[in-house]
Amino acid sequence: MSEVPRFWRESRHRYRMVGTKCKKCNTLFFPPRVLCPTCRRDSIGNMVEEELSGKGEVYSYTVVHDGLEQFKMQVPYVMAMIRMKEGPLVTGQIVDAEPSEIQIGTKVRAALRKVRTEGKEGIIQYGYKFVLE
Amino acid sequence: MRDVYIIGAGTTKFGELWDSSLRELASEAGLKALMDAGIYAEDIDALYGANTSGGQFVDQEQVAALIADYSGISELNIPSIRIEAGSASGGAALLQAFLAVKSGQYETVAVGGVEKMTDVPSEVANEIIGGSLDAEWETFFGATEASLAAMVAKRHEYDTGVKREDYAQFPVIAHKHGSMNETSHFRNVIKIEDVLKAPFVSEPLTVFDTAPISDGASALIISADKKKIKNAEHPLRIKSSTAANDFLSLHDRKSIDRFGAVRKSTKSALELAGLEVGKVDVFEIHDSYSIAGLIQMEEILGKEAIRMTRDGEFYYNSSHPVNVSGGLKAHGNPLGASGVYQAVEAVLQLRGNAGTRQVKNAENIMIHNMGGLGTTSVTSIIGVD
Repeated sequence: MSEVPRFWRESRHRYRMVGTKCKKCNTLFFPPRVLCPTCRRDSIGNMVEEELSGKGEVYSYTVVHDGLEQFKMQVPYVMAMIRMKEGPLVTGQIVDAEPSEIQIGTKVRAALRKVRTEGKEGIIQYGYKFVLE
Repeated sequence: MRDVYIIGAGTTKFGELWDSSLRELASEAGLKALMDAGIYAEDIDALYGANTSGGQFVDQEQVAALIADYSGISELNIPSIRIEAGSASGGAALLQAFLAVKSGQYETVAVGGVEKMTDVPSEVANEIIGGSLDAEWETFFGATEASLAAMVAKRHEYDTGVKREDYAQFPVIAHKHGSMNETSHFRNVIKIEDVLKAPFVSEPLTVFDTAPISDGASALIISADKKKIKNAEHPLRIKSSTAANDFLSLHDRKSIDRFGAVRKSTKSALELAGLEVGKVDVFEIHDSYSIAGLIQMEEILGKEAIRMTRDGEFYYNSSHPVNVSGGLKAHGNPLGASGVYQAVEAVLQLRGNAGTRQVKNAENIMIHNMGGLGTTSVTSIIGVD
């Protein structure tokens, strides 16, 4: 069981895909970063939050049969890496689609969904999953 | 700088070892290494213990202190430090021990790697293995390590034209070699159809593409003490040991099916040893997943590795023997111990004690231990002279 702040502090990133942009090199990062891995110390004070469009296409994907305990009720489920329109690559599930409808290059968009629950009394955690565009 | 040698090596069997606890496994391997080196506990200046997730598998942290304690050396107050670098913990402990002896601070040190994985159900073990991924941005959303390896495989096929049957060769080779190793987790020989037709873990990878959940421990004695080296039956020189790292998450790398850290650490290990890759006679690599095995060999040998896989050149009796121990796939993958066992295998091969899987005239062996999918990469080169 985790305390609420662990999830609460990430909510704008997981609900609305708010990333961070390095004003030095203009690269947008998602997941958000405190430092730009290219500009490093020059990026201090130059990282600003920016929301992604949620749109992208499938870079790679798989159908998971042996899933994590939390996702047991969902197997088989599709995990994918999505190349977002703004550049970042994002790991997430693709839902409401048959595996046969998905291939590398398939266009998708982010949707807000329930991701995990920590038992009967724990926190219900929300975040993005991807659906076909 | 002075030369550093492996003067002793020991290992337990790897597998589902219901009768043995973590402390029993660790002390068994440690004592074997000590006896093999022909020295006593008093001769050890420090102990480096590799363990990936004792806290989660058996509720035990401070594992190196426990290893020292149950190896009977606590009264000597020998410094005992745990090294954790995901599934590269064993290789990382060897690197730290090598540097400590090389520096001159210590003369003789012990390296012990141990993992006790079967005290929890396999679903729990898979969760714990996932602990090496990015908890907030990979695992949170449902990614398992196998699912990431599967996405690497799919993208690699797409980008390079590599076929499913190509990387499916790695477990076949591993089981062939593992069948000849008495400490292997699995000793059965498998065919490529067995790999392709087994149940999926994460498509296209099946259970045969992935290394098993194993218990086991391995240990080494490392020294720069001239007298101990002279007294050892067959000392082998650590010609180099080095490491490199990449982004923790695959999604932050420029390409998910290139392992830049592997390319860097294997290349710098060769440079530090003053060797060309052609002088390496055996490669022990981190085949946690079949596709990871192929990509590592591509990083080490270039694109040629794909053809060599197809042509069967990675068998023990062919031109570029790979994972002659059985690899993580067949010999077993007790996380913290796996990287240390790679060095034990190098010792057996270089001494000519590898039985029916012996590679003829081997002089230099590269061992490559990896944390995650190319996140942490540790390479050592062990050789005669």
